[in-house]
Amino acid sequence: MTSFSTSRSLPGPLNDPRTQRILIIVGALVAPLIALSFGASWVRILDFALLYVLLAIGLNLVVGFAGLLDLGYIAFYAVGAYTWAFLASPHFGLHLPFWFILPLGAAFAGIAGVFLGFPTLRLRGDYLAIVTLGFGEIIRIFLNNLNQPINITNGPQGIDQIDSLNIAGLDLARNIDLFGFKIHSLVLYYYAFLFCVVIALIVVRRFQISRIGRAWASIREDEMAAKAIGIDTRGMKLLAFAMGATFGGVSGGLFAAFQGFVSPESFSLLESIAILTMVVLGGMGNLAGVVLGAVLLTALPEILRFIAIPLQMMLFDKVYLDPEVLRMLLLSLAMILMMLWRPAGLLPARTRYAHREGRTA
Amino acid sequence: MITLLEARAVNKRFGGLQALTDVSLHINRGEIYGLIGPNGAGKTTFFNVLTGAYAIDGGEFVMNGSELPVGMPHLVAAHGIARTFQNIRLFREMTALENVMAGHHIRSSAGVWDILFQTRKTREEERLMAERGLEILAYVGIPQHADTLARNLSYGDQRRLEIARALATEPQMLALDEPAAGMNATETVGLRQLIETIRHDGITVLLIEHDVKLIMGLCDRVAVLDFGKKIAEGTPAEVKRNPDVIRAYLGANHAH
Repeated sequence: MTSFSTSRSLPGPLNDPRTQRILIIVGALVAPLIALSFGASWVRILDFALLYVLLAIGLNLVVGFAGLLDLGYIAFYAVGAYTWAFLASPHFGLHLPFWFILPLGAAFAGIAGVFLGFPTLRLRGDYLAIVTLGFGEIIRIFLNNLNQPINITNGPQGIDQIDSLNIAGLDLARNIDLFGFKIHSLVLYYYAFLFCVVIALIVVRRFQISRIGRAWASIREDEMAAKAIGIDTRGMKLLAFAMGATFGGVSGGLFAAFQGFVSPESFSLLESIAILTMVVLGGMGNLAGVVLGAVLLTALPEILRFIAIPLQMMLFDKVYLDPEVLRMLLLSLAMILMMLWRPAGLLPARTRYAHREGRTA
Repeated sequence: MITLLEARAVNKRFGGLQALTDVSLHINRGEIYGLIGPNGAGKTTFFNVLTGAYAIDGGEFVMNGSELPVGMPHLVAAHGIARTFQNIRLFREMTALENVMAGHHIRSSAGVWDILFQTRKTREEERLMAERGLEILAYVGIPQHADTLARNLSYGDQRRLEIARALATEPQMLALDEPAAGMNATETVGLRQLIETIRHDGITVLLIEHDVKLIMGLCDRVAVLDFGKKIAEGTPAEVKRNPDVIRAYLGANHAH
């Protein structure tokens, strides 16, 4: 497994990868229960963190594995979210089940990924970034303006009263009683999202140590050499775009169900950049790093919000810096510090793509 | 002698510069064929049109009787031509073994669903690829570096790894673009042995080289390019005596 590179400095038993793994699993399972004791809003933050983890995993596939810089990734999140909103809300009067909408949203996002991929096949680096950035904006602007002449997206008002996630009669938006234990709705969502994240990790990991994963890595390393050994770089890039987008689509659908409301402003360029920051901060190409990056960057600003206002009130009797401003400030600071001290991310990809497990497993 | 590859009146222009003019040659199966010429003669350009890196402006390449696709490097590789680059182009952040396994990509078949569900066939294929990769690394003489990142290998070993990666595509012809460039004398001797072994194992070799000694000692036949035209072809001994070749290399005063 992509073990934590910091493990060297940890004491005794924590050094054992197996112990680490068990700790992580237990931690992930009890996290919402601990958070709940501090208040429901903390569980909500955890839920969002998992959605971002899913996004970061998908973006990492495109940026970290295949080396294609995508600044419009949030567009796929939007496609997934609006697919759910269209098919499970009073807006069109449709209320289709999740097992139909979620894969459909993923498929639409995948198709959108191919659409983005086609015109950009010959582009790399900065140029690719600019086109993908434009693509992200196009989707957002469409969502904003497709309320006339026919009202499809309901424009800037967005779509509300979206159906929640309902798995075989179990509505995750309601608290349930299980043998006298009350399980909070947000906790239910947490476990549903966690399940998706685990599936996503397994899928991506399988691809990473496969022949396709190697093809992506070789395109990232040297596209011309990749072609020379017979790799169909066009097909492989399209596949990377499509697969990466699929994760965005799933995450978007879950977001719509969880939030009950979607509007174009959730899908701004800043969000794309935030997800990219998670990937880069955590360690591009390293799955554990990407998960860590996503959790840190979702949770820290919230903790900041929790601390910044009372602190300022206490010191100055007045809030000078809005937490939202502080958030951007600290994000930038984090990026600068990282570029100086840990350019490969918090958990760098040791060898960015490890084959050894593939060989011995 | 069976012809493996034939170039028919190949032309390539870069804007106003005629880089290749009606270059025709044929390479026999199982031989080591050298391509030499002064700097800027068009050797690497010939390589690049042959392997599909550049589009062609006229003529054609025929391999085993069928025309090679033009400007599509990955299809050329599938046809059985593998190349190395003048300035080494390895996948630097991947290990030596991964480099070789990537080379095996076109000879393996696992698709999206196979990988998603980790079918028995896929796991078996993956295992075989790793095994085969280690064999090839041993073949080129760097088995101990299987888990070393390509960028951390010594220069000579990087050259060997590039050859290993090319061999992993299971080519009929191996095209080497100045493999001895930058090598010291010992490394060159080792390289020469390796090329001879490769030929001995049935793979045709096309060699571009500046090291005339290497070319002359190794090649069965040699073609000489000058200003994009083929000016001579034959055994090394014949070519060495050819007045046009001497003129091209040393100037008009030395030919008589």
